[in-house]
Amino acid sequence: MPIEIKLPAMSPTMEEGTVAKWLVEEGDQVEPGALLAEIETDKATMELEADEGGTVAKILVEAGTEDVKVGTLIAIIAREDEDADAVEAPSGTSDDASPEEDNEASDEETSAATADAETVKAKDEEPASLAVDPEVPEGTEMKRQSVREALRDAMAEEMRADDTVFVMGEEVAEYQGAYKVTQGLLEEFGGKRVIDTPITEYGFAGVGTGAAMGGLKPIVEFMTFNFAMQAIDHIINSAAKTNYMSGGQMRCPIVFRGPNGAASRVGAQHSQNYAAWYASVPGLVVICPYDAADAKGLLRAAIQSPDPVVFLENELLYGQSFDVPAVDDWVLPIGKARVMREGSDVSLVSYSIGVGVALDAAAKLADEGIEAEVIDLRTLRPLDRKAVLKSLKKTNRMVVVEEGWPTCSISAEIQALCMEEGFDDLDAPVLRVTNEDVPLPYAENLEKAALVKVADVVKAAKRVCYKD
Amino acid sequence: MAAKKAAATPEKDAPRVRVSDARPGLDPISAPDRYEASREELTEFYRQMLTIRRFEEKAGQMYGMGLIGGFCHLYIGQEAVVVGLQAAAKEQDSVITGYRDHGHMLACGIPPKVVMAELTGRAAGISKGKGGSMHMFSVEHGFYGGHGIVAAQVPLGTGLGFAHKYKEDNGVCVTFFGDGAANQGQVYESFNMAELWKLPVLYVIENNQYAMGTSVNRASAENELFRRGESFRIEGMQVNGMDVLDVRGAGDAAFEWVRSGKGPLLIEMMTYRYRGHSMSDPAKYRSRDEVTDVRTKRDPIEAAKQLLLEMGENEDGLKEIEKGIRAEINEAADFAEQTPEPELKELYTDVLVGTYGS
Repeated sequence: MPIEIKLPAMSPTMEEGTVAKWLVEEGDQVEPGALLAEIETDKATMELEADEGGTVAKILVEAGTEDVKVGTLIAIIAREDEDADAVEAPSGTSDDASPEEDNEASDEETSAATADAETVKAKDEEPASLAVDPEVPEGTEMKRQSVREALRDAMAEEMRADDTVFVMGEEVAEYQGAYKVTQGLLEEFGGKRVIDTPITEYGFAGVGTGAAMGGLKPIVEFMTFNFAMQAIDHIINSAAKTNYMSGGQMRCPIVFRGPNGAASRVGAQHSQNYAAWYASVPGLVVICPYDAADAKGLLRAAIQSPDPVVFLENELLYGQSFDVPAVDDWVLPIGKARVMREGSDVSLVSYSIGVGVALDAAAKLADEGIEAEVIDLRTLRPLDRKAVLKSLKKTNRMVVVEEGWPTCSISAEIQALCMEEGFDDLDAPVLRVTNEDVPLPYAENLEKAALVKVADVVKAAKRVCYKD
Repeated sequence: MAAKKAAATPEKDAPRVRVSDARPGLDPISAPDRYEASREELTEFYRQMLTIRRFEEKAGQMYGMGLIGGFCHLYIGQEAVVVGLQAAAKEQDSVITGYRDHGHMLACGIPPKVVMAELTGRAAGISKGKGGSMHMFSVEHGFYGGHGIVAAQVPLGTGLGFAHKYKEDNGVCVTFFGDGAANQGQVYESFNMAELWKLPVLYVIENNQYAMGTSVNRASAENELFRRGESFRIEGMQVNGMDVLDVRGAGDAAFEWVRSGKGPLLIEMMTYRYRGHSMSDPAKYRSRDEVTDVRTKRDPIEAAKQLLLEMGENEDGLKEIEKGIRAEINEAADFAEQTPEPELKELYTDVLVGTYGS
């Protein structure tokens, strides 16, 4: 059996990549460890090595092919005792996530990659948001963009507009961002405004806060918010409270941003959602966007804000693409929730990656004749209480969806809000669907079991509709 | 456990100034000379130090009367440090310190009555009564607090230095902290970045010998705190902080060093606090004799007074100064007692600057 070379996952969250360059040709002899190809993702470029030696029999995906799914067969190497010329390319590879079952017929060598790319596109074209954001006039031109690119553009646009805006954090400059969110900023703005820090969260969070007090507008990137626990004293005691303690004299216009919540298979210390922690602190603005348009519009608003802002992103969303209005001044209002999907039977309230879960659940519920309204909170502090209560008044039933722990959570806050101010509108208790109340485990099955699930949202929605 | 090194209390025969050699072979800072003040200058230092002393004594009395609440940390004994250094500062410089901040505010030129009114929690206080003793600020006077978390001001001051450099305003941030704060990790995170980026920050450790009740020798493996920057290649100076002219002389050299773009500098000011850590101090960790000894032999205000007399100032002139200060402090105290508390609506103001949402 010849050796099948499949596109490997080079990071826990990689789902597809670009075969940037082949370093071998068909017919080449390769030793174990030889470099075969350069693979690019939106985060990084990596080299693919041969595990075993042999002769390169077939190259199945041309250099430059984008959106190749992890697991796609990209080359075949004949073992030493095999005839490379006799190796047949399989007639097709899977276009789903299980590349082992490649039975479907296709003649073209690159069909696998092409098919995969099409699949990805087709999936992307399913609109995530069925309701038009009220701030977007109909007919506005849209640009397809990943959340990562949208965040980068937001920073770049604000940095062009205001010389006092700068970005600092670990690996934001020369490395181009640990998650490539700051890609290209060093080149455009230089080392004075795009600053690599040592690994010193407490220190640079304090330095950024001090610089904000001194009249600058820092964007402090935490590689992830898990590491910001080392810096939380400055976020809360120094940044959030000083304006109040000074009787309104000491401004602190700073943005603390970075990925928050569970990533993929990185274990408990790297997988926590801090939304409820920060949202409990008066003096902070807390923003938690879902799609690319919000990521861009709200990050720009955050940078422009005269207040300290905690801007919680999500690593799993960085690579997802959405429509972003192609207008010059795309800035969204802080403190306004958004109706992602209209519905009359039950409200699904969420934020960040949970919005995707809620939308998927709403689609499934629609198949069963239940019209769910999906609300994206977007800003967690100040919370758009009116939008939540308005939707409750409309549907009389609510399920809160949160990728995070249940205890003392945003969902608990929404439940309290509905009890206190929406009691008369309730036809059923407000339920919450969250992660399990355990540190996030590593094992794939346990991790999956611990995270918020579409099926549970569907179940909860049916329960509040008394249709379970 | 025996102390590793001799106690670092300011002795009469202690060296006036010592310098570290953090960067062997690279332009070490040279030991600065004691400042040669004119009679007018020394009179002004004397007036400022005495103002702080009388202010703090009055604050202590008012605390005892229940007019000041919460924590109240007095600066009595340490006056020469802030007065001498502020005299060497320029208008564009900024100052930040911890919770023992009343003296720093007065030395920055903030009127005593708005500081005292903050201590009594009144609307006319510099923070509208919402900050209290430990949380006072005046952007107008370049005073950035007043921070209640031990050592938090060190990275914040480093950030102010970062802003000076970014804006190219030729300013220096004077970042004060105590011997207790010197053991916090964030101090060293700050040192690293400040030297790495050559930030204009003058770090001043006010070594008053005790972190609450724990003496330097019981808390610090390296008790010569001016050497604490050495592994970051930050030059250090240890200065007699009980002599305003030694402080001023060191201040001139230090500001020149930092302002010239050489990066941060660390000064350890050897000083002493006569009062307890705060108003609720058990006074069990040191002897009364120790305090009395420093007070009688090393008092910075008494030393300045003697020097003024030697320079030809007469007793009557100094009494006039003292009389004026007492009047000003009494007026501040009366004002702080009589001016109204904040209106209840102030509870909800200044939480956020912007308005958000529908």
